[in-house]
Amino acid sequence: MTDQELIWRISGGSGDGIASTSQNFAKALMRSGLNVFTHRHYPSRIRGGHTYTEIRASADPVRSRGDGYNFLLALGDSFARNPQEGAVYGNEEIKPLSENLDELREGGVIVYDEGLLDPSEIPNFDERVEENDWHVFPLDLRGLARDMGREVMRNTAGVGATCALIGMDLEHVEDLMRDAMPEKILDPNLEILETAYDQVREEYDVEEVGVSVPTGEHEETQLLMSGSDAISYGAIDEGCRFIAGYPMTPWTEVFTIMTQNLPELGGISEQVEDEIAAAALAVGASHAGVKAMSGSSGGGFALMSEPLGLAEMTETPVVLVEAMRAGPSTGMPTKPEQSDLEHVLYTSQGDSQRVVLAPGTVEEAYEQSRLAFRLAYEYQIPTILLYDQKLGGELVSVPKSHFDREPNPTLGKTLTEEELAEQPHSADGKFHRFQHDAEDGVTPRSIPGQKGGRFLATGNEHDPTGHISESPDNRVAQIDRRTQKLEAIRADLDTVDTSSYAGPADAEYGILTFGSQQGTVEEAVDRLNDAGVSVKSLGVSDMLPFPTEEVEAFVESVDEVLVVEMTASGQFRGLVQKNLGRYGEKLSSLLKYNGNPFEPAEVVDGFEAAIVEGDGDASGHQTTFVPAAGD
Amino acid sequence: MSTFSAIGEEREIDRDEYTPGVEPQPTWCPGCGDFSVLKALKQALPEVGRTPEETLLCTGIGCSGKLNSYLDTYGFHTIHGRSLPVARAAKLANPDLEVIAAGGDGDGYGIGGNHFIHTARENHDMTYIVFNNEIFGLTKGQTSPTSPKGHKSKTQPSGSAKEPLKPLSMSLNAGASYVARTAAVNPNQAKEILIEAIEHDGFAHVDFLTQCPTWNKDARQYVPYIDVNDSDDYEFDRTDRVEAAEMMRTTEEALYDGEVLTGRFYVDEDRPSYGQEKRQIGEMPEEPLAERYWDDDYEWERSYDRFVGKHE
Repeated sequence: MTDQELIWRISGGSGDGIASTSQNFAKALMRSGLNVFTHRHYPSRIRGGHTYTEIRASADPVRSRGDGYNFLLALGDSFARNPQEGAVYGNEEIKPLSENLDELREGGVIVYDEGLLDPSEIPNFDERVEENDWHVFPLDLRGLARDMGREVMRNTAGVGATCALIGMDLEHVEDLMRDAMPEKILDPNLEILETAYDQVREEYDVEEVGVSVPTGEHEETQLLMSGSDAISYGAIDEGCRFIAGYPMTPWTEVFTIMTQNLPELGGISEQVEDEIAAAALAVGASHAGVKAMSGSSGGGFALMSEPLGLAEMTETPVVLVEAMRAGPSTGMPTKPEQSDLEHVLYTSQGDSQRVVLAPGTVEEAYEQSRLAFRLAYEYQIPTILLYDQKLGGELVSVPKSHFDREPNPTLGKTLTEEELAEQPHSADGKFHRFQHDAEDGVTPRSIPGQKGGRFLATGNEHDPTGHISESPDNRVAQIDRRTQKLEAIRADLDTVDTSSYAGPADAEYGILTFGSQQGTVEEAVDRLNDAGVSVKSLGVSDMLPFPTEEVEAFVESVDEVLVVEMTASGQFRGLVQKNLGRYGEKLSSLLKYNGNPFEPAEVVDGFEAAIVEGDGDASGHQTTFVPAAGD
Repeated sequence: MSTFSAIGEEREIDRDEYTPGVEPQPTWCPGCGDFSVLKALKQALPEVGRTPEETLLCTGIGCSGKLNSYLDTYGFHTIHGRSLPVARAAKLANPDLEVIAAGGDGDGYGIGGNHFIHTARENHDMTYIVFNNEIFGLTKGQTSPTSPKGHKSKTQPSGSAKEPLKPLSMSLNAGASYVARTAAVNPNQAKEILIEAIEHDGFAHVDFLTQCPTWNKDARQYVPYIDVNDSDDYEFDRTDRVEAAEMMRTTEEALYDGEVLTGRFYVDEDRPSYGQEKRQIGEMPEEPLAERYWDDDYEWERSYDRFVGKHE
């Protein structure tokens, strides 16, 4: 990463249009040839509160939000339009400007709406500006917007001012506004954009501003896509045409994207009464021969443990997505955490089996969404796609060609009526749905309405024809066969490398992580190596079945390993130790669970303090170090 | 050869086709009302012209859930209270299937009560049979949502302080387009009601009064075997919600005094089923979704061609 990067933060209240404005600006930056990565921070409320979106743009690859930022556009809070003396909403005071300053880098730029915000309320503001060499531009964005139409267009004025200050021409922003806006509001918005741009360039010497837009060029077309987009498109390309769900943040994003797209493809989306019903609907649709999915976040997924077990016992393929947020119970609805890992690994009673995949990047989210469907249908097993609010919501530039893949609508081992009529599927005139001796544990299925395929699917233990059985021999044969599928899937996954390595292969130290922290860790690994520390990382995606051999080889090859995860109890580290059986003396943990994902610098600091210096004091940014334990 | 050639096949159907080849001995107690439901279904399905292979029977848990084992159709024995969500998704995935769901009063009105309300509200085209014996049977005699007030059991030792749930009224209010009650002691009516319910295009709810000779010997609904009356003998407009509601209210209150009234209570032939509604607003394909996976000529659309461009 060169110094040449723009990290632009737009801050305001929920309901101020922060998300849509930043999405357009991120796209404009992407279209100008830059790689972008966005990070969203928002409270669990409809309007007001402190919310911001950060866009990191660089000619180099960007894999995380970065550390801090260098350009602030502070719009104010939506409540600030009618400010009340000492207004307190919930337990948050309105601090749209001051809350952002701690992370603003030296030499950074502040543009604030002087009609809404008053920096004199911030203690020592002028001193801090001087100390940090910040460039401050008070602009009457609201007034400008009001003069030219409506106050809500102050976002556009802010973007115009930004472009003027960083030396970006308006071409891409204007193109996007033409694409996205209805004619009625397009002209006033274009006018306000240009007016703000011109005013700033006339009034200020923009050459003095230390932050500028980098220049870059893409070799191929890029897309601005979120983890939720990628999961949805992966499902569609794998032939999923049925989704059932109940809204819950952040899973709602996938549910909404699928619902908006499925009817166009002749598919079906159902919003139902609760999550038990949602997962049961997916099971019912799959039983009837359709590729189906459901999903939720922690609390809703808890309700799904029943139908999850039913899918496993009846060997009905189904994909459930679990979008993690901080728990337990309602937890922090809009904040990321990775602490549902053990929940999805172990929920549901009995020796139940499922596949759990945890993609690390937006690209992987697409691939592993497809993989989840392929495994579910080929092996007739419930598959869970585990990700978190961070990966689901971050918008990242990805090469378009990544998504240029052939569809795969196949149902897996499902018999035709001709095959159903033949041995060995039809013995004594009955279809044997759950034979004991399947090669990889998978016995072919039939679909209701097919001639000769009648069978009973039941959540009770059952014999080869599907009828309820409590015979000891049958029980052992059936449970062994179902368990055998995981071995077959493990072997299958070895050919589909879903583990991501970074850093030199012969490094002295290692960092293990999973899911959405992968990119951040990789960036930290680059920085550590640049600073002369020999370290490599492995981002694990297969949670179950676990890639024991690869992880063991990784741990074996280094002196010490730091396990980085967003949990308080080290759930991923526990999973690693459970699967490896030893190496506890090599594994230390760096944990973060304050509602924010890791920043690369935190991983760097934590690694240096814990591993290089060895004093274990890595709690600089609310991170926690848990040292190694002997085996 | 079609992929689902058992669907819509027109032929003479023998009642025995519904009996599993190696007949499992039902685990129901001697004298159990569940035998009557099984018998009535075996009579009704051939008469409606539905073959075992185009019929999907989804059940819940409990004695009623075992119906699947004794009726040889495509079956899904689900989990306690969850037969309806499984059944209605199967119907959406392949509307050509004859979908029947069945469960007990604990299963359907207790743990599955929420699904019951919403399936009725959506008016899915399916038949829902609730074996109502006013008791939890398989878990050995606990008070159920339809047990009378004052019912004593090991879980309600002082006698239940709760009013029994009124399933017919609940169903009507939730939006079912066909609501009927029949009784194990009236097999002819049971068969006729089931035929009507299966043929009905919408959510047909049949509250099937069954006796539990083991755990609920005192239930009044079957003690006076001879006193089962038919709603056909009463003058009221079955298509009028208000009149139907009044009949249901009277009937459901009198049930616990031993006055058993069965028959059709509400019939709305005009209300479109949920599938029809969804097709009309373009949220469901015209052809059964399940068939598409077997159509070699179907061109599967890719997100790349259809949606990805808007992210450029």
